[in-house]
Amino acid sequence: MNITTIVHITGFALILIGFWGMLTQKNMIKIILGLAIVETGVQLVMVAFGFIDGRTAPILDSAVELSKASSLIVDPVPQALVLTAIVIGVAVNALMLTFVIRLYQQKKSLSINDYKDLKW
Amino acid sequence: MIKRLIPLLLVISLFFILLKVATNVAPNYDLTGVAKTYAEQGASDLGAMNLVTAIVVTYRGLDTLGEVTVLFMAGTGIALLLRRKKKKNDSGIKNRAASEILKTGSKLLVPIITMFGAYIFINGHLSPGGGFQGGAAIASAVMLMFLADSSFKINHKVFVLIESFSGIFYVLIGVLGLVILGADNFLDNRILPLGTFGTILSAGTIPLIYTLVGLKVGTELASILDNMKGELE
Repeated sequence: MNITTIVHITGFALILIGFWGMLTQKNMIKIILGLAIVETGVQLVMVAFGFIDGRTAPILDSAVELSKASSLIVDPVPQALVLTAIVIGVAVNALMLTFVIRLYQQKKSLSINDYKDLKW
Repeated sequence: MIKRLIPLLLVISLFFILLKVATNVAPNYDLTGVAKTYAEQGASDLGAMNLVTAIVVTYRGLDTLGEVTVLFMAGTGIALLLRRKKKKNDSGIKNRAASEILKTGSKLLVPIITMFGAYIFINGHLSPGGGFQGGAAIASAVMLMFLADSSFKINHKVFVLIESFSGIFYVLIGVLGLVILGADNFLDNRILPLGTFGTILSAGTIPLIYTLVGLKVGTELASILDNMKGELE
């Protein structure tokens, strides 16, 4: 079992755990935590897709000869994508927690069952 | 019963979808397409040692501008939703004072963490790191100050000033590319000389842009923390 497989399994397991948490938990903060766990899993899987066994990081220092760079480094594109995804994830999570704070100030409850205004 | 069964069925079906994805992944043996081009030409084109930085700041610079905008929108939304409530609850319960260890430790660590954050974003084109990571490190120093002293307040005027100016200069640098190098060169880093490969003053405008992004992200995340800190009711 090589390192890519291990990271893939961890990432997919985190996605499943996060979805399970989002679907079964009643506490809104726990639902947001579930989404954060899914995000972590997706990011792990994305980085692992760009990994190539036996190669080094995409930083062209003394370890990488410039003329042979494309045969010595791993794929830098997924890493750049994940960098974006992490920052957006932080912003979205903070905004969702803000909604929870405001909802709690209105009704003094964190349970999703107490908010039925949009339920048909 | 049915309420428990539906999530279980959904998770099981998701498991089979992911299993299908996982078993169909072909391992990579070589760079292909755009990644190959970036690896071969990134160093000579843009002069940045860190290829991830070259992609984030220059090749995909417009995406990063959008990303900074999303962060700004989230920060603005949080401020809009939470700031108004504060004035009413000022006479709430007093917070427990922080322990001696936390107070003394924060005095020692805050300058070091802030300096480390600045180091991360200034060296973004040479080593792993960049504006977003450095900004997050600076925001963590502000968080430590909040923890150590519950009455600590950030100076909003200075923060708003830093945030607005770094945002404006980021866009201005992008527009300068259009003015100096002609159309389809928005956010091009070659409006400044590329310098010697591997030194701190190299890679054109990349260190400049990442410093601005670092300041913007740092102040934005610190403002989010300040808004979410709130007061006890």
